[in-house]
Amino acid sequence: MSRDHDAMGRSLVAVTGLGVVTSLGRGVADNWAALTAGRSGIHAITRFPTEGLRTRIAGTVDFIAADPMVAPMLSERFAEAAADEAVAQAGISGDFPGALFMAVPPVEIEWPQRQALAEAAAPNGDVTYADLLRAAGSRRFDDWHDLFIFGTVADRIADRFGTKGSPISLSTACSSGATAIQLGVEAIRRGEVEAALCIGTDGSVNPESLIRFSLLSALSTQNDPPEAASKPFAKNRDGFVMGEGAAALVLESVASARARGARILGYVLGCGEKGDGFHRTRSSPDGAPIIAAIRAAIDDAGLHPDQIDTVNAHGTGTPENDKMEAMGCLAVLGERMRSVPISSNKSMIGHTLTAAGAVEAAFSLLTIAHGRVPPTLNYAVPDPAIPLDVVTAARDVPVRTVLSNSFGFGGQNTCLIFGAEPVR
Amino acid sequence: MTAVPTRPVVVTGLGLVSCAGEGVEAHLAAYRSAQAPRTDATTFAPYPVHPVAPLSLDGQISKKSDQRQMEPWQRLGVYAAGLALDAAGAKADAALKSAMHLVVAAGGGERDYAVDGQILTGLRQAADPGAYLNERLQNDLRPTLFLAQLSNLLAGNIAIVHGVTGASRTFMGEESSGVDALRIAQARIAAGQLDIVLVGGSYNAERADVLLIHEMGGHLSKPEYRPVFERAAAPGFILGSGAAFLVLEAADHAAARGARALARLDAVASDRTKRRDGSVTDSLTDLWGRAGLARPDAVISAATGCAGITGEERDALTALAPQAPVRALGDLTGHTLEAAAPFGAALAAALVAAGEAREVAVTAVGHRRGEGVLRLTTAGDSR
Repeated sequence: MSRDHDAMGRSLVAVTGLGVVTSLGRGVADNWAALTAGRSGIHAITRFPTEGLRTRIAGTVDFIAADPMVAPMLSERFAEAAADEAVAQAGISGDFPGALFMAVPPVEIEWPQRQALAEAAAPNGDVTYADLLRAAGSRRFDDWHDLFIFGTVADRIADRFGTKGSPISLSTACSSGATAIQLGVEAIRRGEVEAALCIGTDGSVNPESLIRFSLLSALSTQNDPPEAASKPFAKNRDGFVMGEGAAALVLESVASARARGARILGYVLGCGEKGDGFHRTRSSPDGAPIIAAIRAAIDDAGLHPDQIDTVNAHGTGTPENDKMEAMGCLAVLGERMRSVPISSNKSMIGHTLTAAGAVEAAFSLLTIAHGRVPPTLNYAVPDPAIPLDVVTAARDVPVRTVLSNSFGFGGQNTCLIFGAEPVR
Repeated sequence: MTAVPTRPVVVTGLGLVSCAGEGVEAHLAAYRSAQAPRTDATTFAPYPVHPVAPLSLDGQISKKSDQRQMEPWQRLGVYAAGLALDAAGAKADAALKSAMHLVVAAGGGERDYAVDGQILTGLRQAADPGAYLNERLQNDLRPTLFLAQLSNLLAGNIAIVHGVTGASRTFMGEESSGVDALRIAQARIAAGQLDIVLVGGSYNAERADVLLIHEMGGHLSKPEYRPVFERAAAPGFILGSGAAFLVLEAADHAAARGARALARLDAVASDRTKRRDGSVTDSLTDLWGRAGLARPDAVISAATGCAGITGEERDALTALAPQAPVRALGDLTGHTLEAAAPFGAALAAALVAAGEAREVAVTAVGHRRGEGVLRLTTAGDSR
């Protein structure tokens, strides 16, 4: 095949633009500097009162505001900032020449809006949904329709960047960001588009979202000091810390990138996924679906497990995830996995949920570009059940390939392989 | 661009539940009938809804514990998915299901209305509203309710209950998510990225929180049912509860396992145009051509009944397919948002399979955004 195709005859997919927003800052440069310096973005929540909550910390993005301050609007603002950066880096001006695939958090009306409706209805007795409906019928709240339906965030991003066709808003829970990238890769490989703008965004740290995760016992409750709470792979890990942010990747066929002289930052070599029907929140105890997803990604990339240089872990810091992820990596990479550097960005930025797969994809590509694996904070007490080379201080090593894992509630397992060079 | 070979995509299983009943025959009967769909105009008055027919859940969701863990939108979807798997002859084939992928179009799950009402009532008197909200949510929310609300947990439950575990993706974004779920599923099979996929959506209309979201914006027709294309006096949609799932597979894959191809899903074209006068007409006309529609025997429309766009769609269809009868899904199932396009595709496949049409067009124009046109034909036909 030609130099623009892989061994299976598919278009090679290049990354020509990256943009990132997390609690560590706005933009790739600030994020990479903080990440490799081992700085944490996790802090006490100030956005809303946390009195009485078991978890009072998060990696919120406090330097970008939205009006009203609701999850979809905040998610849109983060996505816009990340996509601005990615599209500028790709050197694309004017309308974006391809499709939009966007991982967005599920949307619903939030408490301030419910309260405003209840107040407008002013019932004499107890408030019911009939009262809220009556208030809505006054037509005073019509602007909130678009704000709280699922397609609006992607619709507005499509408008702003001039992407082509029907934008995809998607969820695969905590692997959504990786799925957005996978959809872009597949569309380019099908020859449907030459470019894809793939975004993961999440601005849903609000009281109810936090409490929902808390009620599932998924969150760390070690509030003090906040930066020590997220402890991926450590024996004393006790749950994840919610985070916020967005990342955007400009994917392009290699032919298209070359034709317009774009700088190629790296390649998406492979994507793998596998469903798990064991339980709504837990993985199959034998790890088979995770193993299958990792293996599928490596196969799709046309690589051998021995060719994976480092793992950007899902590494949430929950007892369950980290154990199962370690088991999966060991099963596929074998004994060699014990000395393959693995790191979890979530130790610093928390779990950015819908955005995580995209944010960690961006960091994986930066790991390749800089030949530096960022550290995992708070790995003070190794877990004997996880015999892995967890990177605790930024490590300079040549990195040609990264395996990036994303796993989510509902049996979602999605793995991506990034590379410095194409595999033909 | 690289030329990627395409292969025919066929429909081998359908699962339908709505106010019209359960199964393909009930929906074909509703299609042929001139009767108004079953409507409940009192429970949520002044907002009418089309309630789903009573189902015996045990038939598709054998464990009570699974039924309890789901809210109605998930139960409807899991139920219809099971019907589709049965129809495709896939239900008992564990290996086939473990390789089968899933694309679901969905919104989110319902809230606990009693808890919301109590909290809103209490907030009016609370000395410290923030602390009060935290305390009430922590004490009153059922921990597992979250899992009945998450958009991707319909797919998760289909994996758990039916063992469809290739991998799933959930598309959100109202009407257009249903079109794009079909479009991307079809494209992945046509390009050889997949062999078999279960695709569909579900919607529960009998819930105050979705009526609220659509009353904001004034999108609900009230106070009683009128046919979709005759709503000038009360424009908008009437929500319907239901679910529609289709098993799509490569024609050679279906043939190899001896599954009957009900129809061929030839093309799914979608777009998103900035809405202005005439944009829906233009978009449908463009998509009609892109879908390769020639002379359809029938048009199934997911028209909402909303002002402006519904008239544009009617006029566009009159010009594009003057010979074909146009049947509105809103007059059969009510408006099922994310599930509307899957309902259209499923009904079109059923018409073709029943020998009542050789080529069927399906249109889906979103109430706020997104337009889609599908072409389904007799399974054996090539273009």
